[in-house]
Formats: sequence, structure tokens, C-alpha cells
Amino acid sequence: MKSFTYEKAASPAAAADAAARTEGAKFIAGGTNLLDLMKLEIEAPTHLVDVNGLALDTIEETPAGGLRIGALVRNTDLAADNRVRRDYAVLSRALLSGASGQLRNKATTAGNLLQRTRCPYFYDTDQPCNKRRPGSGCGALDGYSRQHAVVGASAACIATHPSDMAVAMRLLDATVETVRPDGETRSLPVADLHRLPGDTPEIETALAPGELITAVTLPAPLGGTHFYRKVRDRASYAFALVSVAAVVQADGTGRVALGGVAHKPWRIAAAEAELPRGAKPVADALLAQARPTKDNDFKLPLVQRTLAAVLAEARG
Amino acid sequence: MQGPNDVTRRDVLAAGAATVAGTLAPTGAQAQSGQGAPPAAPSASGAGASPQPARAAVSLKVNGTVRDLDLDTRTTLLDALREHLHLTGTKKGCDHGQCGACTVIVEGRRINSCLSLAVMHDGDSVTTIEGLGTPEALHPMQAAFVAHDGYQCGYCTPGQICSAVAVLDEIKAGIPSHVSADLTAAPEPSADEVRERMSGNICRCGAYSNIVEAITEIAGRPA
Amino acid sequence: MKFDTPATTNPIDALRVVGQPVSRIEGPLKTTGTAPYAYERHDIAPDAAYGHVIGSAIAKGRIAAIDTSAAARAPGVRAIVTARTAGPLGKASRNTAKLLAGPEIAHYHQAVALVVADTFEQAQAAARLVRIDYVAEAGAFDLAAARDGAVTPEDEPDSTIGDFPGAFAAAPVQLDATYTTPDQAHAMMEPHASIAVWRGDMLTLWTSNQMIAWGAGDLAKTLGIPRDKVRLVSPYIGGGFGGKLFIRADAVLAALGAKAAGQPVKVALTRPLMFNNTPHRPATIQRIRIGAERDGTITAIGHESWSGDLPDGKPETAVQQTRLLYAGANRLTALRLATLDLPEGNAMRAPGEASGLMALEIAMDEMAEKLGLDPVEFRIRNDTQEDPETPGRRFSQRPFVQCLRTGAERFGWAKRAARPAQVRDGVWLIGLGMASAFRNNLLTKSAARVRLDAKGVVTVETDMTDIGTGSYTIIAQTAAEMMGVPLDKVGVRLGDSDFPVSAGSGGQWGGNNSTAGVYAACTKLRAAVARKLGFNSTDLVFADGAVRSGDRSVPLAAAAGADGLVAEDRIEYGDLAEKYQQSTFGGHFVEAAVHAHTGEIRVRRMLAVCAAGRILNPKSARSQVIGAMTMGVGAALMEHLAVDTGRGFFVNHDLAGYEVPVHADIPHQEVVFLDETDPMSSPMKAKGVGELGICGVAAAVANAVYNATGVRVRDYPVTLDKLLAGLPEA
Repeated sequence: MKSFTYEKAASPAAAADAAARTEGAKFIAGGTNLLDLMKLEIEAPTHLVDVNGLALDTIEETPAGGLRIGALVRNTDLAADNRVRRDYAVLSRALLSGASGQLRNKATTAGNLLQRTRCPYFYDTDQPCNKRRPGSGCGALDGYSRQHAVVGASAACIATHPSDMAVAMRLLDATVETVRPDGETRSLPVADLHRLPGDTPEIETALAPGELITAVTLPAPLGGTHFYRKVRDRASYAFALVSVAAVVQADGTGRVALGGVAHKPWRIAAAEAELPRGAKPVADALLAQARPTKDNDFKLPLVQRTLAAVLAEARG
Repeated sequence: MQGPNDVTRRDVLAAGAATVAGTLAPTGAQAQSGQGAPPAAPSASGAGASPQPARAAVSLKVNGTVRDLDLDTRTTLLDALREHLHLTGTKKGCDHGQCGACTVIVEGRRINSCLSLAVMHDGDSVTTIEGLGTPEALHPMQAAFVAHDGYQCGYCTPGQICSAVAVLDEIKAGIPSHVSADLTAAPEPSADEVRERMSGNICRCGAYSNIVEAITEIAGRPA
Repeated sequence: MKFDTPATTNPIDALRVVGQPVSRIEGPLKTTGTAPYAYERHDIAPDAAYGHVIGSAIAKGRIAAIDTSAAARAPGVRAIVTARTAGPLGKASRNTAKLLAGPEIAHYHQAVALVVADTFEQAQAAARLVRIDYVAEAGAFDLAAARDGAVTPEDEPDSTIGDFPGAFAAAPVQLDATYTTPDQAHAMMEPHASIAVWRGDMLTLWTSNQMIAWGAGDLAKTLGIPRDKVRLVSPYIGGGFGGKLFIRADAVLAALGAKAAGQPVKVALTRPLMFNNTPHRPATIQRIRIGAERDGTITAIGHESWSGDLPDGKPETAVQQTRLLYAGANRLTALRLATLDLPEGNAMRAPGEASGLMALEIAMDEMAEKLGLDPVEFRIRNDTQEDPETPGRRFSQRPFVQCLRTGAERFGWAKRAARPAQVRDGVWLIGLGMASAFRNNLLTKSAARVRLDAKGVVTVETDMTDIGTGSYTIIAQTAAEMMGVPLDKVGVRLGDSDFPVSAGSGGQWGGNNSTAGVYAACTKLRAAVARKLGFNSTDLVFADGAVRSGDRSVPLAAAAGADGLVAEDRIEYGDLAEKYQQSTFGGHFVEAAVHAHTGEIRVRRMLAVCAAGRILNPKSARSQVIGAMTMGVGAALMEHLAVDTGRGFFVNHDLAGYEVPVHADIPHQEVVFLDETDPMSSPMKAKGVGELGICGVAAAVANAVYNATGVRVRDYPVTLDKLLAGLPEA
């Protein structure tokens, strides 16, 4: 880990300002991903702005009937919130399927959204990785890629986004609120937060340097039956091979998003229209552009089968 | 396959980041809790200089005792406990949040102490395995682990026990888990609930079956 | 003490302490975090500097240049060790690859340098400043591709009995199938770690090592110093499973770093380095052919296994059990070894049998199905009471059939549907599977010293190690039984090369041999007590803290006198192991559930029935078995080091990528020990059990998955992707 200076921020705007003033600065909240990467010098901030003291750890109801979740609300607390459990069960389920109890106690809402890929080539600094070292190549593409993306990937990068929570947020049409170093605030749909890798896999989000997520807002509850079905080899404490987030209404319509298949939570409106017709047309639409590797082509039937499991359960 | 005569350098070189450490402030900012102290301005050090790493004062309340430390900012809570306070009961198994051996209870919640900087815990209360009980006066959970042989090599054990104590509190607090059938109901300390909640603590010796019995026994005892 | 005739009645048979399910005596230390592991000795090295190991960035080739200047200037750096600065180093025969590489690189993440600094953080950061230019060379990294070039290992000739090809060709029912097992990692929870302290030319190393005497000798040889100038101390070991049988880079580099820095140095391998830096269980390709009569009598059994290792390495002896487990007049077993440039392959829990039974016991399941026989009955039908390769050479004990029958009865095996894919529980497909367990019992000499002090306290000293196996406790039980004192009057000091040389921990030989060594030493101490008291030693009774002869009774404390008494001896073995085959047996039974849509596999029930001689402590022995069963579930369902066959390394080299079972993967586990004593094994009449528990488990799981789904997976691990095509339409 490279040496860094450290400060605790007093306000969101001050935090953004501090980050902008110091080249190489980073925010730190839960730290569960950033410190992991700093130990390997994949992240090497020269200055850490600790935002944990900011009062961004509450969940409030919005005038629109939704919830505004502070950026620093811990994963455990978000999953355990009675309103989330009752009205946004897909979010609670997604959170509870991720990481471990210890990690969920530290990891924050914003940090979870911003966690980086778990691609082993990204993590091994002796290997090529365009995300870590642009231009060095993609080790996974001709290497080992069982966990990797099957859709939306590029010749430069086939990494997946590891978050479960982000898939549920995408499904729920959550909105991210931010503050920039100049004090400007903005909100953007979580759909627009994460990028596909393209030729610049090192650029993962639409956030500007120093821009700090302050909250994530959920629209009013969707009703319906909520599912977050995560498939993995190990029964717990493992990243998804694939996951399916879904809200299914009594009439068979609904929403569906996938995790574990792409560089971002994967949701396609055209696919949702197929929901009343069953798993196959939905999966076909979601994965129409899929280009799996020899190691991960099983994810295509697995997505369809997991969707089928969810829809079967929805039918009761 | 790498062909013959390919010259490969360690990543740090091609990344051009090798000089960054040399640009750090000779004396780092002292953390001042809640006061938002600005960092010392980075100063360019000449080639060949050995800038000292940034440091910070940290006060931890560990097992009920306030401990004041002056630490390299990079020091994790785990290394602060093990290397500076010599509380080596908390173990380093992976240093990357992948095994749970470093589990401690901070402000009433279990966390992986390897993925947290000590400086971020200024003023926090930390309970480690040493704070739960002693060989002469075991905590009930420690005694249950002995009675059920809930360990073998013993290296993951402190983390398992800290986690177990916190898990029962989490269940009492009504926090659901991945295996809770009804998200809105109060969870019970069933074997399945315990297994899921303890899954962040790996035991390679494979004492799981015994550990779960130790924990469910304690859970079943009237408070 | 020479053990060369079968054991008769001896003081252990009283079973006042031995054989009782007592809790581990070191339990209060382990559960309070006060048992000191290798890296934690602030008491002996409060001023230790920190060493960080750098691993090679290439799999094969050489170092063109190392520039340590920037690292040397970094804050706190005390020393940097490379092969160039270290000077000539030896290599112990137990290490295949050098522990400090340079300029040649033999495998990925082979240690190339150590950076020593005042703090952990400084050492880790400075290591990133070491500039290394490599010249990479092409290497062989793919076992399947190297298979055709594999050769017969020098000391592992083929074994042929009768006419295997002829008998197999003539058999009315035949199976010819090929199975693969992947590379696996020990992944013990405590990383390899050492603290080195030099006082003059004397080196003391606090380390984490299963085999103290091997380690001390190998370290001396590597460093080129006399054996008597090395002391190894390893009282607590955070798991080993074979991964700590031999010294590793942490030991050598801590010693070199401490020398270079002029102060104590501590080194722990980082987790991401461990998987490629240290040895692993090698992958295998196994071809099994079984020919049988229609009644299920095996007439031909052939087992060939291919594995790879670095030059001068060893094969995975996966055909070992096939030479002894089942009857059959015509037999062939053969090993082939390919040269691979992957990290070093070596022993991991039950080397040979664990991998071999993964394949053989699926083959037996397949063959039973072909024959229309129940898998349990098929195995029973082919039991043998003598070494099938050496007619007339009997097993010392072989209650194999009883293991299987007991297991079948206890598990409700009769309810298993013979046809696969018949049983559902909602969306879950349910299956039962079983497999035989087999592992040899190995005899090796083992010494101990026993002291009796003026308080009547008995203290055992031996370089035996406790890697979680329960050595502390069974040694204490043995001494308590022999000397007639309660357990709390026994102290046990282990893992120090200043103590008498024991069997050490490996090959499931530690329990029986080390306690037999303590038995020998205690026998001498009893004689010393008798001599001191002038007792006739033929009718002595040691009980209740006193020694009795006729109507005379003297407290042991009084017998010890102010100076105490001390005795040292070792157990040595005659040829009983040659006359009789000594093995341990068992049966594993598993119920698995497979999700009909997703193929997710979850183990619901597990039972092991074991016959392993006298069980010295049923509590800790049971733990050994459930732990091994857990590791077997890992082998069945998830564990595999993914090889990047182009770049030549194990890709998933951390505990997120290399998945081992977690709590949620493991159900309640049942273990039954048959009531067995084996007078051929030692005065303890015990045998090994710690590795028996893993043997066959993975196949039992795989067979249960087959029974649930009808999908036969022959390539481990059995993961959902391999099932999907055969599951019901979603």
C-alpha cells in the first residue's frame, strides 16, 4: 500500500472539494473494496477523504412515496429496514445474498454501487488487464473466464460488475444523487451510472472526478412479488455466476434484471415485455447480443433456467 | 503462452506509478476526528529522498481500555491490534476480507478488521477475542466451542467466536438473512440461520458441524 | 522400545483416560486467542522487522535484471534479499523448486526477493519498488496436452498381476472410463509464517511446520549451516494438510533477511502469493477399466493415472488404493508423470488415495449400475481379506464390509432408488450416493521424553506437532493413562527441535506413532520410578497419582523426589507391517439435492463409518473425520485451481477465487467408529484416521448427484454447468 494522507470530511461539499483539491485523492467509506485494492496497489490514492462522519446514514421517505437512502447507510441496515423488507424485498434479498455479515456491516450503499470488478486478472498486477493498466491487454479473454461477462463486453474487457445490490437498484429504477466539488448537485438514474467497457474499461462510471454520491433514491413501491435469485457454486459468501432480480405482478407482467453477466446490471425493456410469455423469450431478448467464452457459455442456459425458476415460483 | 525473450516488467513500472511514493508529504496530516483538518500539502521530494510515511494519532477503546497510538495511516485495524497492541488473538488469514479470521466487534458490530484502517476507528470501542474471556474465565461461547470441539487448528477460532457472539445479537435485533423465508418476520436462531450468517468465517479444518452445535446451544439458553 | 510382536494387554487397555472423549487440553488457549502462532511471538522477538516476499511475475524463464535501488531508499527498509545477495544456497531434496529463485525461474510466484523494513506497511510498499526485468520462456502448463509425453516415474514401476488385458477383454461386463481431478490448494487458514532470530551463528526459527526434524535439517541444508545450529519451534500450527510438511520460502527468507538486516525478521506469505508459491495437490487424468462376471465378481481391474510436476518432481500416486481395496485376479496399476512448469505439486491430505478414490469410486458406482447391483453389495462382493497382489499376506484388520453394512443401515440406504432422477422434494432432485474409504496406516519411529516432578506433574516433550489433529490431547491422555495421573497433572510440550524426534504430522501417521513413542518413554519412566522405590516392577500399578506394589503405595510426587525423574525412549517397528497389510477402512454416505432448474448442488446429509484401530479420543477423532468430509465436499463441488494454460499459473489465487466450503455448504455430519483395536499397529493399537475421512467423500457426493439427476460427471469439480444439459426442461 502506498502512503497516503488522511482527513475526515466535515460535509459532503467539503469532502468533494477536498477530493478535488488533492490529486490522487479518494473517498473512503466502508473501505471493504478500496482497501482490498490498495493493498495490491491497484488503487493507490495519495490522500483519503474519510466520509464516514457525514450524516448520510439515514433512510427517509420521499414525497413521491419512495425512499431516499443515505450514501452511508450500511448494507446490513438497508437490508434490515422494515420499509425495504416490506416494499422493496428484491433489494433486501439482493443485499443479503452478497458478501458476508461482517462485510455488510461495513459496506455502504454508495460504496456497493462503486465496487470494482473481481476479475482475477484485474487483481493480479503481474497479469495484463486493460481496466487496471490500459493497453496491456485482457488476460481473461484468452485465459480463464468462467465468472466473466457474456453480454455487453468488448475486446478490451470481459469483466463483470460484482454487486448484487446494484442489480436490484437497477430493477427498481433507483436514482443516484451526487455533489460535485463546486457544490453542484445532480441526480442520475442508476441505469446511467455504470458504463459498458468498450475501449475504455478503466472508466467505470459516469461520475466526474471528486463527485460524491450522497444518496440513492427509490421511486414509490412497485408492488408485485419480489425475487432475487443468486446462483453460485458455494451456498454463501460467493459472487454470482448469474443472478436474476425480478418483480412479477399478478398479471404476469413485471421487470427483470440480471447480475453476473455483464459489466453493469443488465436490464432490457424489450425483454421485460416478454415476461408473460415465459423464461425463454425473456432470456433470448436479454442475451440476444451475448458472446460468451468457452468457459462461460453455460451462463446462457443458466440465465434462462434461473428465470424459469423465478417465474415458476411467482406462479406459486 | 509467453514467447521467448519477451521482457516483462512488474506492473508498477509500466503504470508509471513508482515515483508516487516520493511525492508524499514528509509529515502527514494528523487525523482530527470530526474537524476536517486539511492534509499537509504534498511536496515534491527530490529523487533519492526517503519521505516518511504519513502518520496519525488514533485512540481506540479496546476491550474497555483506551489505547492511544501513533500510526502509519496505512495501518489496518487488524495490524494495529496484532502488531502494535500485541493482541494477536485476532488472526490474519487472508488480509483481503475473504476468510473472516480477523473478525472483531466494533461498536457492537462484527467487521473484518483487515479491511478497515485503524485511523477510521478513532474513538471506537473494539472488542476482540481477548475481551470476551480468558482461559481461566471463558465466555459462554468460548466454553461451548471447547465443549463441542468447534475448532481444530484454532486459527479461525477467534474470528468464529467473535462472529458467533455478534450473530446471536443480530438475530435478536431482528436482522434478516439470505435464508430467512419470511423477510418481515423475526428470525430464529435455527441451524440454517446460523450456518448462513456464519458463512463469512471460513474454517478449512472443517469444524462447521461442531461450531453450529456450539452456537445453537448458546442461542437456546435462556438469556 | 522395539515393537516387533503383536501387542498384548498393556496399561493403555485400562482406558481410564485414553479412549475417552475429553475436550482438547489446549482449547481454552485457542478459544481465547492466547495460543501463540508463528507470526505472533512478540515475546521472543519484540524488535522483529517485517519481511515481504516478492513472487516471480513469469512462469518460466529467467531474471534479466533486478534493480533494488528505489526500494532500498524507501522509508524503513533494512535489507533486500535476492538470490544474488544471498550467495549460494542448497536445496533440500524435499523441495522440488528452489525456495529463492534467480536467475532461473521455475514457476509463477516463485520467491525472487524479500524486502525487510521496520514495519509491515513499509515492507509491503517498498516491495512494489523493486524493478525486475524477466526473460520469459515457453513452458508446458497443460496436463492434457503433456499427457502423451508422460513417462513412468523411476521409483513407481507398473504393477501387473495375472493377465489384465486378456481378462478385461474376456469379461462379460466392462467399464472403461476416464476421470479427471483438478489441481487443489491446501488453503490452510494460517499463512506460512516464520520469525528468524540469529544469536551469533545459531538460528532459531519460530515457524508453522508439520515436521520439525525434517524442517530443521532442510533449513540447515538450504542455508549451508550445520544442523545443530538450527532450532525450529512450532507449538501451534494454523492448519497444514500437507502444505506445511516442508520448509517454504517464509522460513528461508526470514533466516536470510534476519542475517542481512542484523535483527530478527518475521515473514508471512501473503494469501494471493500462497497459491502459486507453495505446493498444491496435482491434477490427475485417470483411466479405469473394470471387468466383471455377471454376478459382480471383478475379474480384471486396471487403474492408470497421469499427473504432472516440475522437473525432478513426483507423481500423484492416485492408483495406490486400487492395489489393495478390491479383489480381482488380474490387475494393472500404472503411474505416468509429465513435466509441467506449473507450481510444485506435492502432498495434500491423503495424497494418492484422495485423488484416486475420487475416480475409482465413481467407476465402482458406474460398474454397479452396469451390473444391476446395489453399489454397496457390489463392493461387498469384491471384498478381500488378503493383499490382492500378494496372496497369503493378510490385513491386520479389515472390517470393511462391516463399515459398509453399518453405514447402509444407519443412513437408510435401502430407500435409495436404484434408477437415477426418480426422487424429488419440490424443485430439488434428491439422490443418495456412497463410496468406500481406504487409507493405509503407516508406521514410523517416534520419540518422546517424559519428566516427573516433585509435585507429581508429568511433562511430555516431543517434537511432535499439533496441526489441529488433537496431538496435545491424545499425548496427554497417553501419559495420564501410563502414569496413573489425572489429565490435569500432565503437561505437553510440542513442536521444538530441542525435543526428541517424533513421527511428526503427515500421512495420518502422527496419532498412533507419536502416542506409541510416549508409551515407550512412559514405560521407561515407570521403570525408573520402580527402581527408585525399590519396587518389584512386575506387579506395579500406577493409579490415582500413586504407584502401588502389593500393599505398598507411594505418591508419584514422593517417588520423583526433589530432583524429579526423566526418561526418554522411542518406538521403533519390526516387520509386522510387512507381514500384515495395515490399512484403515470406511464407508461414506451422502444425500445430495440438485435444483431442477439451476443445477445448484447442496449436500443434505453425510455419514462416515470408519474402522481405524483404537480411537484414542472419540471427540477429536470425530473432528478429524468431519473436517476431512468437509474438505471432500469442497473437492467434489467447488475446489479447483484454474490453470491459465497460456500464461502458466493458477488464476484464482486467493480465497475469493479458490472456493472452499463455508458453513452454509455443510450439514450436520454423522461419524461412526467401529469398535476396533489393532494389535499389529503399536502398543496403542491405534491407526490413523485424519486422512481416512476425506478418502472417497468426493465420489460419494458425485454419486449422489448422479443418483439425483442421472447426469454422470467424470470431471471434478461437479459444478452446475456440467449438469444443465441433462436436467429436466426448465
